Amino acid sequence: MTPVLNRRLVTAQLLRNRGNALLVTGLGSPTYDACAAGDHPLTFPLLGAMGSSVMIGLGLAKAQPQRRVVVITGDGEMLMGLGSLATAGVARPANLAVVVIDNGLYAETGMQRAHTGHGVDLAAIAKGACFVSAETITTQAGLDAFEPRLYDAPGPIFATIKVTPEQTPIALPPTLDGTFLRSRFREALLGPGARD
Amino acid sequence: MSTPTWPDELYDTLMQAGIRQVGYVPDAGHRRLIDRCHANTAITTISLTTEEEGIGQMVGAYLGGQRGVLLMQSSGVGNCINMLSLTAECRIPLLMVVTMRGDWGEFVPWQVWMGQGAQAALEAMGVLVYRVDERERVADTVASCLALAYNARRQVAVLIGQQVIGTKQFKLGEPA
Repeated sequence: MTPVLNRRLVTAQLLRNRGNALLVTGLGSPTYDACAAGDHPLTFPLLGAMGSSVMIGLGLAKAQPQRRVVVITGDGEMLMGLGSLATAGVARPANLAVVVIDNGLYAETGMQRAHTGHGVDLAAIAKGACFVSAETITTQAGLDAFEPRLYDAPGPIFATIKVTPEQTPIALPPTLDGTFLRSRFREALLGPGARD
Repeated sequence: MSTPTWPDELYDTLMQAGIRQVGYVPDAGHRRLIDRCHANTAITTISLTTEEEGIGQMVGAYLGGQRGVLLMQSSGVGNCINMLSLTAECRIPLLMVVTMRGDWGEFVPWQVWMGQGAQAALEAMGVLVYRVDERERVADTVASCLALAYNARRQVAVLIGQQVIGTKQFKLGEPA
């Protein structure tokens, strides 16, 4: 089935009612998508460390069990950290949601096809990795139904959203400096004393 | 009640420093420490499929205001290399406690390569490395490294030598 959803519109919709949720975005296009949707101090935008997004979300979810933690990443980044789905599934953080923006390819490096573009089913893997729910979203109606669940369904939940493969303009956080981004995040979450 | 061992002293040191998250890949040298962490329901102890996952976990814990420690065997150091760019670039405190293989009296040749390469690999990524070969120095070395990690916000690894752990012996036909 040919994808119809646009990654920028999908991400903007999922983040429009984020409230006080904590967001981790996987390197490459998901980070750009989230930045295009609007800069936010409670976003930790990854620009490296491919394969780490779910584990950062897990550590954060365990440290902040009262807050919703959302990970938005790409299919390539998720494929590099498949084991982390099993780790998160077993750790069972009720406040963690993982969303994969799945275009079936590596947009950052020249649009090479990823395993997801050859039929590898990330939702089936997440289901097999003990996630409470795991689904593949292909339509606007499916996205609309998922949107509220992203913030209130008992986790860990997983969704992979099939999107059209076009390249999108790069959008970046206000600085690429990691120390600034982590200090800004901690200050927004924990207060001025946690800036360092 | 058995006599406290170096893993018990290490556990006490970690708890006194306010460690709230533990990530580990199972390792015989850390067996007692892992058991004690799991027995403490006030902290989060997570079994990892690969050591690099633990770097992500420690970053998430720090972003969320908790201190963590990552336990692994020296062979796992190699799995962490690219992820160490994350803690370095974001200057996020990281304490790794690494039990050595491929070290003092190693029997299995396959373990020697990563064991002997562990310190250089860590240092190539900017991790400060402290090695301990005496049981009575484990706890205070880890305490010093906790300060370096969480006060000076550095990435630090303690390598615990096989002289401390006891070299693994293999006899054919016996359970490993």
